[in-house]
Amino acid sequence: MDEKDLLILQILEDNSRLSRDEMALMAELEPDEIETRIAALEEGGVIRNYTAVIDWDKAGNGEVAAIIDLKVNPERDYGYDRIADRLSRFRQVKSLRLVTGVYDLQLMVTGRNMQEIARFVSEYIAPMDRIRETATHIIMRTYKEYGHSFMDRETKERIPYSL
Amino acid sequence: MKDFISKRAKTIPPSGIRKFFDLALTMEEVISLGVGEPDFCTPWNICEASIYSIEQGGTAYTSNRGLQPLREAISDSLGKNYGLSYDPDREMIITTGVSEGLDIAVRAVVDPGDEVLVAEPCYVSYSPCVTLAGGIPVPVPCSGKDHFRLNPDVLMERITARSKVLIINFPNNPTGAVMRREHLKAIADIVTDHDLLLISDEVYSELTYESRHTAAATVGDLRERTITLNGFSKAYAMTGWRIGYLCAPEDICNAALKIHQYVMLCAPVMGQVAALEGIRKGEDEKDRMVREYRVRRNVFVDSLNRIGLSCHLPEGAFYAFPSVEKTGMNDVEFAETLLKEEHVAVVPGSVFGEGGKNHVRCAYAVSRKELKEAIVRMERFISSHRG
Repeated sequence: MDEKDLLILQILEDNSRLSRDEMALMAELEPDEIETRIAALEEGGVIRNYTAVIDWDKAGNGEVAAIIDLKVNPERDYGYDRIADRLSRFRQVKSLRLVTGVYDLQLMVTGRNMQEIARFVSEYIAPMDRIRETATHIIMRTYKEYGHSFMDRETKERIPYSL
Repeated sequence: MKDFISKRAKTIPPSGIRKFFDLALTMEEVISLGVGEPDFCTPWNICEASIYSIEQGGTAYTSNRGLQPLREAISDSLGKNYGLSYDPDREMIITTGVSEGLDIAVRAVVDPGDEVLVAEPCYVSYSPCVTLAGGIPVPVPCSGKDHFRLNPDVLMERITARSKVLIINFPNNPTGAVMRREHLKAIADIVTDHDLLLISDEVYSELTYESRHTAAATVGDLRERTITLNGFSKAYAMTGWRIGYLCAPEDICNAALKIHQYVMLCAPVMGQVAALEGIRKGEDEKDRMVREYRVRRNVFVDSLNRIGLSCHLPEGAFYAFPSVEKTGMNDVEFAETLLKEEHVAVVPGSVFGEGGKNHVRCAYAVSRKELKEAIVRMERFISSHRG
């Protein structure tokens, strides 16, 4: 991993749909080298996937998302890893993190409606061994995601010429 | 009634782009590569610092020189980044943009009849400021052959017994040219030998892509005969805040300070507070913007050459300065027809002086998406005008 790799990752994180030629110009590398470097980054698991940032509210699919905080008793020898592994296998769990503070794990969960999320938490998450406490926060509105603002701001007027 | 307009005011030319400006305003979906400012908003921490300061009642005059902590921070940063050393209490003034800095610098040193050498193409205010101070602007053309650097031989040809000052601007608006240390060395010798004063506008100093900026005052013996001008507009995307600074040896600085205190009193305090936040904590945001300009430059200049507008790789600022000679049009015709037919705004190079003829200035401080669309339109334009 060198500076050029980091630059490629920055370019991809901003827009993963650029052509190899465009990326080559931006990173000041040959297109072939872009190709090999990206392949290596994929191989090495640094690049996990290529997705889109979607404003689901605007898409109007009516899904609900929640952040769920969990207090967990860590396991001897494994810490939080094994329970994290079990939790992460649920399709409903979109993200899962170990965090500092009052709670230990933080999940982002989606469902068709609030009831579905409530059922998921009470039927699958809360009863798991080692989980001592849950706190479910339904997301009411997303203002910013992955560095992209969802606020529809008026674009500032720019004069056509200035010297 | 008498004609009240002064001869000096009559002498200075009107803006060379008024006609274009008015035309562009009547059009839909104009992609403007004509704007000499960053397309980024000022980083938010800078705005927050200023908003907070206003909430705390920070709305009064500052000292004439500007906020002391800001001058200290600038002095530290100039030392760290360029090896310049200026005493923040005796050799520095915070100005209302570099525009004011240039004006008071010229007025502090130019007497009626003095010749002021102006390296062109350059920002449009230099010669009018000289004229308003009673001086005589003497253009020194920089040419595409030299990648728009100032050629020492050409400079020599323009020097007379009345020459007093040389004004340069590198990284350059409109060409993006950069003078590295080795290039400045030859100029420094001439300036010293002919006992000239140098005014160096370095407002694009943070926007260099191939090498670190060389401050003119660090070359040879130039420090004692240089006025360094710089500011926050370009590097920190702070054009509207109007904050620049002038650094010079104490006697020159004091002369400029007298003019500053009478005509400006002080630079706006909100802008000074914002600038202080920028220089203290804006480094990362600034670097991010510079990286983005570099990427855009690479893509844009490559595309210009591909569609037949030959363009040297600009090493600094955010301008590409391609030649339009091959299209058979001059720069004004090219810019006007391109605006009318494809709604792409570029600035004719001759606006920036003789040396800019047959070139157009394209600012790549616009989003990548717009740059791409601009290239599509320009390519269509060029092929439709090909014989």
